[in-house]
Amino acid sequence: MAERNIVEAINSALAEEMEADPRVMVLGLDVGKLGGVFRTTSGLVDRFGAERVVDTPLAEAGIVGASLGLALAGMVPVAEIQFLGFTAQGFHQIGPQLAKYRQRSRGRYHCQVTIRAPFGGGIRSPEFHSDGVEAQFVQSPGIKIVMPSNPYDAKGLLIEAIRDPDPVLFCEPDRLYRGRRSEVPDGAYTVPFGKAQLVREGEQVTLVAWSAAVELCLRAADALVADGISAAVLDLRTLVPLDVETLCAQVAKTGRCVVVHEAPLSAGFGAEISATLMEEVFYDLDAPVARVAAFDVPFPPASLEDYYLPSLDRVVAAVRRTMEA
Amino acid sequence: MSPRTAPSKNRAVQARRSVLLADGTIAHGARPRMEEEFLLEALRWMMKSRLYDQKVIALQRQGLFGVYSPGIGQEACIIGSAMAVDPVRDWMVPQYRELMATVHHGLPLEVITAQYLGKIGPARIPEGVKVLPTQVSIAAQLPQATGLAWGLRLRRQDSVVITYVGDGGSSEGDFHEGLNLAGVTRAPIVFFLSNNQWAISTSRKVQTATRNFALRAAGYGFEGVEVDGNDVMAVYDVTCEAVERARSGGGPSLIAAETYRMSFHNTTDNPSRYQDQKDYDEARSRDPIERVQKYLAGLGLWDAKREAQWTEEIREENERAMKMATEAPAPRPEDVFANVYEEPPPRVIRQRADLVDGQGG
Ligand SMILES: Cc1ncc(C[n+]2csc(CCOP(=O)(O)OP(=O)(O)O)c2C)c(N)n1
Ligand SMILES: [Mg+2]
Repeated sequence: MAERNIVEAINSALAEEMEADPRVMVLGLDVGKLGGVFRTTSGLVDRFGAERVVDTPLAEAGIVGASLGLALAGMVPVAEIQFLGFTAQGFHQIGPQLAKYRQRSRGRYHCQVTIRAPFGGGIRSPEFHSDGVEAQFVQSPGIKIVMPSNPYDAKGLLIEAIRDPDPVLFCEPDRLYRGRRSEVPDGAYTVPFGKAQLVREGEQVTLVAWSAAVELCLRAADALVADGISAAVLDLRTLVPLDVETLCAQVAKTGRCVVVHEAPLSAGFGAEISATLMEEVFYDLDAPVARVAAFDVPFPPASLEDYYLPSLDRVVAAVRRTMEA
Repeated sequence: MSPRTAPSKNRAVQARRSVLLADGTIAHGARPRMEEEFLLEALRWMMKSRLYDQKVIALQRQGLFGVYSPGIGQEACIIGSAMAVDPVRDWMVPQYRELMATVHHGLPLEVITAQYLGKIGPARIPEGVKVLPTQVSIAAQLPQATGLAWGLRLRRQDSVVITYVGDGGSSEGDFHEGLNLAGVTRAPIVFFLSNNQWAISTSRKVQTATRNFALRAAGYGFEGVEVDGNDVMAVYDVTCEAVERARSGGGPSLIAAETYRMSFHNTTDNPSRYQDQKDYDEARSRDPIERVQKYLAGLGLWDAKREAQWTEEIREENERAMKMATEAPAPRPEDVFANVYEEPPPRVIRQRADLVDGQGG
């Protein structure tokens, strides 16, 4: 079995699906010869040709809107939005159009479209490039929201996304793109949506996260061992669909929960997790559900991002407070 | 010739195309493609469009129909363009004012009527009908139509896409993104811009400083043509040419049809607050239907008797469709959840069950 990082895992998923299904195509900014600004589409144009790996004009609404039309024509487009923050320029084609098209057409049409977009802080990106706006899309029912945290999931979830008859927003944690390699099988496999994964066992508290924050939570869980605290880490993998069952069962087991995300606190997806736990497992809780998130200010210049994003210290401190409650 | 129809000094743009003048005579030197029988068919469709609009407005006033945007005054655009595409091969991507174009393209009138009545299943576009749903988010259909045309070519289909937009829609970013991408991909598509001079209450002059919407095409590297949008023969001609160009690999076209919205924006609007009566009267004198009737009368093919007979027949057809739509099953509460996901998330399934239980059903 091969060892791959997330960039290589995504590249492998795209290549597998393009090989298996001639309808699958990739489009977006600089996805051709350059292979994308993070090289996730590297080599695909040489292998599959410029008709299926298309450098588009710089126009996000156009990329998404055209993908919708391509899907109706019978293609299976995988569109890349260069950075998730720039979905703002195409938002109306995502939430109001792509997500609603099946309903608006009374089920006559559906949109087998995947939108891939890197995001997240921690790599000293310029303005707008780091914005974690995933929760904005949760208010657009009809589109699935996938947030892989590791190479194995990145490949399996992306193949699942490409094969899903409904639209999928696939958010890639750029901070982890070239992180640790791990085992990623050759060939196609899928990781199902709506199945959270317990990535670390623990007895006393559950850290709930997705995307790059999972890696942070794993480090926090390691650090907490010194305090004698046994923390589990639950990776949600997908926000829509949400695995309410695993989430609730896991938190009920430990009785304590800290949700960690890199998007701002207020109305972030952590609020949804916390509210869900209140509704479902309130009487199993030994402490209030805590949240550690970015602050309610716009993403600052890169020189300040370490203060803005949830840090190891903030996560560890929140867990300690939760244990004392 | 009025100054507005004078040939442009800019060589990139042809003079506004015109075949059948407002007085019902053929423009000097015009050689139309439409022959008499076909023109009669066009007239019948235009009358159907107007009679349907009039009926719907009457029903809406009685609270029996939802908000509706009539195509009154724009029938030559609606029908002339639709007659130039092939319902078997070609796709139609509407905005919302081209209702009868979609019907001409194969969408049963009772189905689109059911959509306005809020029906779900009965409002579904039947399989095989190459029409996309009405688009209310102005200009959002344009990049989608480009993608569709591009994809049909990638799928090696012999299809052309026609899509519609208004003068207001031409100001949206999606107009630029959709047309620009079409130019770059040389997608087989026809952009049909109906300049009816209004976007709700906003004058066409507010939308753009350009004299001529067809000029926009030059910026995207393809053909733009301006046409008298109240002239069904000319609209048909220029749309046929654009379709042929698209089908033979010649890329996209922009048709800018100069017309006039001879009714309100929609049934909630009150044009007397912003529209000059003179403009309206002037537009009335260029009515797209009356000029065809005059022309055909001159050929001995039209008279009051025939008009009365057709009106009667069309009203009956339209009412049959309305009746079917009205009598089609009303949505059930759980239809709130219909057609959102192929496989709804567990949470949504639970919400559906809660709703159904709450209804005692
Ligand atoms: C994106 C968007 N903005 C605003 C509206 C509200 N609205 C509905 S129709 C309309 C005017 C459209 O004018 P035009 O494109 O000229 O089309 P017409 O109604 O004249 O056919 C507006 C502003 C809308 N539906 N979509
Ligand atoms: Mg208008």
